[in-house]
Amino acid sequence: MRTTINSLKKGETAIIKEFDIDSIPLKLLEMGCLPGNKVQLLQIAPFGDPLYLNINGSHLAIRIETANEIEVEILNTNSK
Amino acid sequence: MSSSNINVALIGNPNTGKTSVFNQLTGLNQQVGNYPGITVEKKIGFCKLTSKIKANILDLPGTYSLNASSIDENVVIELLLNKNDKLYPDVAVVVADVENLKRNLLLFTQIKDLEIPTILVINMADTMKFKGISLDIPYLEEQFKTKIALISTRKEYGIEELKELIVNYKSLSTEPCLNASSIDPDYFETLQKTFPTQLLYKLWLVITQDVNFLNLERNEIQNSYTKSHSDLKRLQQKETIKRYQFINDILKVGHKIDSSIAIDFRSKLDRVLTHRIWGYCLFFAILFFIFQSIFEWSKAPMEFIDATFADFSLYASESLPAGVLTNLISQGIIPGIGGILIFIPQIAFLFLFISVLEESGYMSRVVFLMDKLMRKFGLSGKSVIPLISGTACAIPAIMASRNIENWKERLITILVTPFTTCSARLPVYAIIIALVIPDTRVLGIFNLQGLTLMLLYLLGFGMAIFSAYVLNKILKIKGKTFFVVEMPNYKLPMFKNVAINVIEKTRSFIFGAGKIILAISIVLWFLASYGPGKKFNDAEAIITAKNTNSTLSKLEFKDKVAAYKLENSYIGIMGKAIEPVIFPLGYDWKIGIAIISSFAAREVFVGTLATIYSVGDNDNDNTIKNKMGAEINPETGAKIFNFATGISLLLFYAFAMQCASTLAITKKETNTWKWPLVQLVFMSGLAYIVALVAFQILK
Repeated sequence: MRTTINSLKKGETAIIKEFDIDSIPLKLLEMGCLPGNKVQLLQIAPFGDPLYLNINGSHLAIRIETANEIEVEILNTNSK
Repeated sequence: MSSSNINVALIGNPNTGKTSVFNQLTGLNQQVGNYPGITVEKKIGFCKLTSKIKANILDLPGTYSLNASSIDENVVIELLLNKNDKLYPDVAVVVADVENLKRNLLLFTQIKDLEIPTILVINMADTMKFKGISLDIPYLEEQFKTKIALISTRKEYGIEELKELIVNYKSLSTEPCLNASSIDPDYFETLQKTFPTQLLYKLWLVITQDVNFLNLERNEIQNSYTKSHSDLKRLQQKETIKRYQFINDILKVGHKIDSSIAIDFRSKLDRVLTHRIWGYCLFFAILFFIFQSIFEWSKAPMEFIDATFADFSLYASESLPAGVLTNLISQGIIPGIGGILIFIPQIAFLFLFISVLEESGYMSRVVFLMDKLMRKFGLSGKSVIPLISGTACAIPAIMASRNIENWKERLITILVTPFTTCSARLPVYAIIIALVIPDTRVLGIFNLQGLTLMLLYLLGFGMAIFSAYVLNKILKIKGKTFFVVEMPNYKLPMFKNVAINVIEKTRSFIFGAGKIILAISIVLWFLASYGPGKKFNDAEAIITAKNTNSTLSKLEFKDKVAAYKLENSYIGIMGKAIEPVIFPLGYDWKIGIAIISSFAAREVFVGTLATIYSVGDNDNDNTIKNKMGAEINPETGAKIFNFATGISLLLFYAFAMQCASTLAITKKETNTWKWPLVQLVFMSGLAYIVALVAFQILK
């Protein structure tokens, strides 16, 4: 199974690996969602969607369907 | 606007305090208008930089980059690409916020590449200390080839330095920050060869953006260098990465964060405000507080305004020489103006609350909290902002739906927003509630009238959500849902920003809506004061003939004549004509007239009744409310504004599409007459049926 932003647990940090740019709005890229940047899952909204993230210092929320398109590598240091 | 003034354009990401900078530079010297042909707000202000030099400051819509995804953002690019525009900036001031510097600088580097003299403003500098941020300004200035002003609009420092930089804008470097063409050298090289006189980065923007740019040239550029949409996007991604690399390299040296110092209010507050239980509780508590206070706090000033105008009207009719002109003034113009000014307290309170919620950063949390719920009804979390600001006015609310990325969600939002209770309904509600709902307290603390008002608001929201649900099932529009919402840091709202916003919005409401209301009041007065044929002109003789058997006092006689005249005036005839249609709803012909005239704008309802009752009334010393309360059905002797009619009217106004301007804005935003017509038929039809059922049950 692919590891995406969706696989993160609350508080976990990961590095963005890659994604299909056609399924991601340009605005998200401009806010710092680019391969190699850090992403941290800060909060999950009450009904499990959307996700509140810190991407490269930008605080923003995206929906799960978008989060599912962004592959990441989870960093061990911050988990648990 | 003098052409010798320096033209300054303020550009920046949303939530950077760009408008605060604008307010600090210009104070109340602002003009708010629209860009020609579109409904994007255009804010220009004036600023005296030195005793001799002045500047025109243009506050452009907030944008994350020069890759526009909405008409608001398009405005920014179109201006920056068009040297012939009379507002084309001599100098661009990019406002960044110290906490999101990296992201803010993306836009900055794009503007620099257009070779416009650019100043970088780093706002919220006062927060640097407790966020542990330190900046090497000389290094940053050198690397970004610009001048930097560190300012704090909250602590009010740095503005003078900014003014000085603007005065000396000619000494700014116009050298670009980086060379974007390296993302695809061959492509850019041929492009430049074909258009040797044009700036390369400008050409690139023309190709990638949907902007008006000297149409012929634009076609030429596009046709000779077509690339697929996907290829272009890939290049834009490359460009974005390249810019971030450039910015990161510089910030690594010039920008340090000691995170051990940072105090994290944000996550603590977020934990509560977006909590699965507390988050919703708090949100509804805030809404409840807002509606209670709008009703309670504005009651006294509204009654004061109402009474003052009643006195003023009486004074005018007594002290001016009797005649048609005096009647026009005391019965048409003065009640008309009173009908406008009476809204000021409630509208000001409403805008006060809305701007506090937006300024504080709380609104984004509501979006986050509500998104999943709203999607069940075909809406987006972002629809919450239009639905809430719809409580002020549907027009800016519908415009606020522009940042909803998905067309279907946006269309549904536009269609249902007019159900939310806008401030124009408030005066109608307020006066009817005051007439038919007793002023008592429930459970000792809640005002029953306030609760009724709250119920009406909930009814509006409820109907908006329900209609959205239905529309979601009916409409067949497919599209990718992109949803990105920035969660700005929490900020204490700045008094100056909130105050200017409230004053500005209230002012534009009074002058915008006020003109219509006043004009309609005057027309109504004429229609009510004149009538065709014998019945109107010989009213006195007819009344005398009718009452030969009984003796009338002079006053009773006068009242009877006035009432008879009104019934046979032009407006009386119109009202009588529609009476059969509205009779089942519990309305008489006078209310019918008010409903007709309030089609242009709901708030006209109260003004219309005020005018109609003033014409029929010989004492002008009464307030609108008292006059309405005293209205009696001539046949049954019962009060016209009884409980059943009152509720029926409240429900009618809750649902009916009584606003020509909203229809116009829906047409503009959807580009077809189809959707405004759907709104009109659906909403007004629903209003009629609901009011009918309510009256028939309650009567």
